[in-house]
Amino acid sequence: MAEEQNKKPCRFWIWASASVVFRLILISFPGNLNLSSRPEVSTPLTSIRRLAEGYWLKQASMSPYAGSMYHGSPLLLSVLGPLTVQRIKGQPSHLLCSLVFVIADILSAMLLRGIGQKLQMAYGLNARLLGFFMDKVILPCGDIAALVYFWNPFTIVSCVGLSTSPIENLAVILALFGAVTRRVPLAAFGFVMATHLSLYPATLAIPIIIILRYGLDAPPIKLFLQTRSVENEKSSTSTVSKQAKSKQTTHLPFLWKTVAHFLFWVLLWSLYVLVLCALSLNKYGGLEEMFKRTYGFILSIEDLSPNIGVFWYFFAEVFDFFRNFFLIVFHVNVLFMLLPLVIRLKHRPCFLAFVYLAISSILKSYPSVGDSALYLSLWALFVNELVDMKFSFFLFCGYLGISLLSPVMHNLWIWRGTGNANFYFGNAIGYACFQIVFVVESVSAMLNHDRALRRSSSNHGEVKS
Amino acid sequence: MASLVRSWIPLLILQSFLVAVAFGSKEAEQFSEALLLKPLPDRKVLAHFHFENRAPPSNSHGRHHHLFPKAISQLVQKFRVKEMELSFTQGRWNHEHWGGFDPLSSMNAKPVGVELWAVFDVPQSQVDTSWKNLTHALSGLFCASINFLESSTSYAAPTWGFGTNSDKLRYGSLPREAVCTENLTPWLKLLPCRDKDGISALMNRPSVYRGFYHSQRLHLSTVESGQEGLGSGIVLEQTLTVVLQPETTSVETNMQPSWSLSSLFGRKVVGSCVLAKSSNVYLQLEGRLGHESKNVDTEIEAHKLWKNADFDLSLKPDRVLRESSGLLFIFDIDKSSDSEPFDLGLNWKLPSKWSCQQAPLQASRFLMGSGNERGAIAILLKATESQEKLPGRELTDGRCTIKANIFQIFPWYIKVYYHTLQIFVDQQQKTDSEVLKKINVSPSTDKVSSGMLEMMLELPCEVKSAAISIEYDKGFLHIDEYPPDANQGFDIPSALISFPSHHASLDFQEELSKSPLLSSFKEKSLVRSYTEVLLVPLTTPDFSMPYNVITITCTIFALYFGSLLNVLRRRIGEEERFLKSQGKKTGGVKQLLLRLTAKIRGRPIEAPSSESPAAESSFLSTKLIFKIILIAGAAAAWQYFSTDK
Repeated sequence: MAEEQNKKPCRFWIWASASVVFRLILISFPGNLNLSSRPEVSTPLTSIRRLAEGYWLKQASMSPYAGSMYHGSPLLLSVLGPLTVQRIKGQPSHLLCSLVFVIADILSAMLLRGIGQKLQMAYGLNARLLGFFMDKVILPCGDIAALVYFWNPFTIVSCVGLSTSPIENLAVILALFGAVTRRVPLAAFGFVMATHLSLYPATLAIPIIIILRYGLDAPPIKLFLQTRSVENEKSSTSTVSKQAKSKQTTHLPFLWKTVAHFLFWVLLWSLYVLVLCALSLNKYGGLEEMFKRTYGFILSIEDLSPNIGVFWYFFAEVFDFFRNFFLIVFHVNVLFMLLPLVIRLKHRPCFLAFVYLAISSILKSYPSVGDSALYLSLWALFVNELVDMKFSFFLFCGYLGISLLSPVMHNLWIWRGTGNANFYFGNAIGYACFQIVFVVESVSAMLNHDRALRRSSSNHGEVKS
Repeated sequence: MASLVRSWIPLLILQSFLVAVAFGSKEAEQFSEALLLKPLPDRKVLAHFHFENRAPPSNSHGRHHHLFPKAISQLVQKFRVKEMELSFTQGRWNHEHWGGFDPLSSMNAKPVGVELWAVFDVPQSQVDTSWKNLTHALSGLFCASINFLESSTSYAAPTWGFGTNSDKLRYGSLPREAVCTENLTPWLKLLPCRDKDGISALMNRPSVYRGFYHSQRLHLSTVESGQEGLGSGIVLEQTLTVVLQPETTSVETNMQPSWSLSSLFGRKVVGSCVLAKSSNVYLQLEGRLGHESKNVDTEIEAHKLWKNADFDLSLKPDRVLRESSGLLFIFDIDKSSDSEPFDLGLNWKLPSKWSCQQAPLQASRFLMGSGNERGAIAILLKATESQEKLPGRELTDGRCTIKANIFQIFPWYIKVYYHTLQIFVDQQQKTDSEVLKKINVSPSTDKVSSGMLEMMLELPCEVKSAAISIEYDKGFLHIDEYPPDANQGFDIPSALISFPSHHASLDFQEELSKSPLLSSFKEKSLVRSYTEVLLVPLTTPDFSMPYNVITITCTIFALYFGSLLNVLRRRIGEEERFLKSQGKKTGGVKQLLLRLTAKIRGRPIEAPSSESPAAESSFLSTKLIFKIILIAGAAAAWQYFSTDK
């Protein structure tokens, strides 16, 4: 058993380094496999070509937002911009940028592993507290999630395809990691950066606050109370578990201080980020232009170039008269589910974060496979809970089919001209449907898991009594 | 009554004449007409009609015009136009054969479609408004869709790339505009004699539009009087340039075709426009200087010039002028009349060859890449043969250089990546600092403004070719933004290549006449050439199915919303009750029906009690009866409708 334990990390490192080597091999290909121009990989928000254009405009003493090319953060521009111009002698020009993205991927995977280990510990602890599942092997969800992140083709493609989504993902994962390890400034930093880079992670404020306030994912509190009452009646002997339990129940209700601490740091970091942005855009339009060109661009869906979402075609076809109405309806849909989900999943904040990210990836204005990569690897953190998920094979085939069909349809429509826009849009519809089924099934499986826990705990109690 | 009117007319004329004498300014309005004919090396003939109308400065209010078109003067006054040029062109100027380094080509070789530029004399903030109003006025005046230039996505404000340095300049062009007689007629209306008399009577529509190239141009500029209280004078220059192919019967292919005015236009000139101050016909022959270089003084030698072994003219020229590269015969058409119409003809006797002077670099532009996602635009500048002989080379830092300005407008749906600009000189890539002297970029904003690129290249004199390439992504438009023929593609307006250190002018050896045509040729004009218009196909959405897209997308949203809410809504209590009831399963169908009815009634499932089977059976029976009635009704209806047919 111990040997196996030793072997496992070893095997993990082998696979992790293998994926890094794989990435390095891919980025050294000349012409970059043309991935950077694929609509699935680079959206108007994350394309490195647009970033290079923004950097060029800035160097030519123009606002980087002049024209409708660049819509990202000015900070990203000053970090990645110089790398788009510099080149190592004899190497393809994108090498430095790619290396940055590979490093971001490695960091994300490591942080995911850290989150996973924490979650695994919490799972084990909770199982022990409730007094069952000891016979079951707890899967090392951290390693699994990290490996899923490393080897997910979507992650690899968006890393090699020079889109900035690895950096956005890193910021999101950093926020979650900070929250899970209770490093409030780190969590606040990750949260502010993620929101600054792509707006949608703003919804993560709720799960992060819940994590900081109530602690990690756990079965519903009712269960603990029940078990405790059962055990109290029984006047069980194990004092250690009792202490732990009492600790668990006592720390549950209020940690307002931590939340206030978090909010304070969020304020601080956002001020810091805004000041940095204002400084770098000082000579041009300033912050107002930045908000208009980044968040405004996301919210008003100005760019109608095809991507794997459904919005581009919808807004290319919808009558101008209704445009604003549908914009509001679609954006409200992202926000609408926040509250019901919090009510049902408030005891599992990390899972809640996963659901929020998955929903925003479905309903994003400019989605890319990088967003899917993020929520898929977060999903892998909950393998222990979600083992009974339905339709998993069907969904796997669906994702596979869509990722194979999408380039084909795009090629038929754009390059060959034998297909029309409906080919690609049909693909996008399929992708959206699979994602929706995936999210719904995950939530359903998690709720079922809680039900099963409850049932088994009541059975357990009955058996014990 | 009629006689009364008739007797009044002379009086009225007299009165108006008196008024003109009394109130007319020192300088009277002047109109002059001219026609320049020029055989081209590729067996074609160029006809260039030139009309100039000058309105002298006068009091700005209560302005009366005798010859000058009122519409134009109102335009100038209303929008405070300082200078303006409008051209309608069909066909492409062949720089190689028709010349690129003479005033005629640099002024009259225009891009296909409509081109309009104007400089305003208004405060900077009002320039755009004036431009918009001007486009609408011109649109009405010339029966063309110039009003499309109103939207900010179709015009640009060049700073220096256009050649005119002014921040109140606006430039726009419509490459797609079809030019035809409906544009020529209003243009002719501005002439005092219209096309009824004088040179303009030659403009027979079929023969004009049969040509390889025709460009009608209207150029107006205001001349400041410099005097207090006086407004500004206006000079209106109207030109029509036509390249025609004379019909020839000769079998010899190297023989230049002989032609006459009546064979070219199907008409003859029967007299000048009486309102014109001067009306002349010029015939320019290039490359005719080799065989004689002496001064032409004597009658015999002058005679030799127009009747010799190579060619002869059907009419005796009134004067012969020499310029650097050829001869210019001048004919006065005042003498012609109905009985003796003016019908100039040129008859070639021997095969003859010459070439036109070309611009230092010949420009062409093309698209690279395939597919509807992205591509690149390349501008190729090729050195011409005559490049080495041209004046205007500059020595900077001991190097001989040619300067070339490139001015290009990109519509917003061509999303240009300016950082991908690459310059190749003689097939070798150069860094920007080596050849790019100045660059000015104003990037396009989606649906708001078009992009503009101005570049000044400094190329070494011994350059053979220079190429500029820039990459772009194709935009995707909203369904309403496509024109009716969306699959035809979209036009990118011509790029303008100008050579700021080269100026074209004709210098005549004799100081001569006040002929406006010749004096305009004598002025130094910037050597310009326009490139081809590019046609970019853009991807189209499916125009037929906005409703389908809306419904399908909304279905997706309903799926998301409904299924997720359904999962969240399911209560544990309900679940357990369900499990319990499952445990006490009595019968599959019954249970199912029970749950169905419970759902329909919106009540929780009642635990099956001892009384329930009876109720159940009665319910079942009513349901059965209802079903039977329904089926019977359907059958009856079916029977009724099928027999009805």
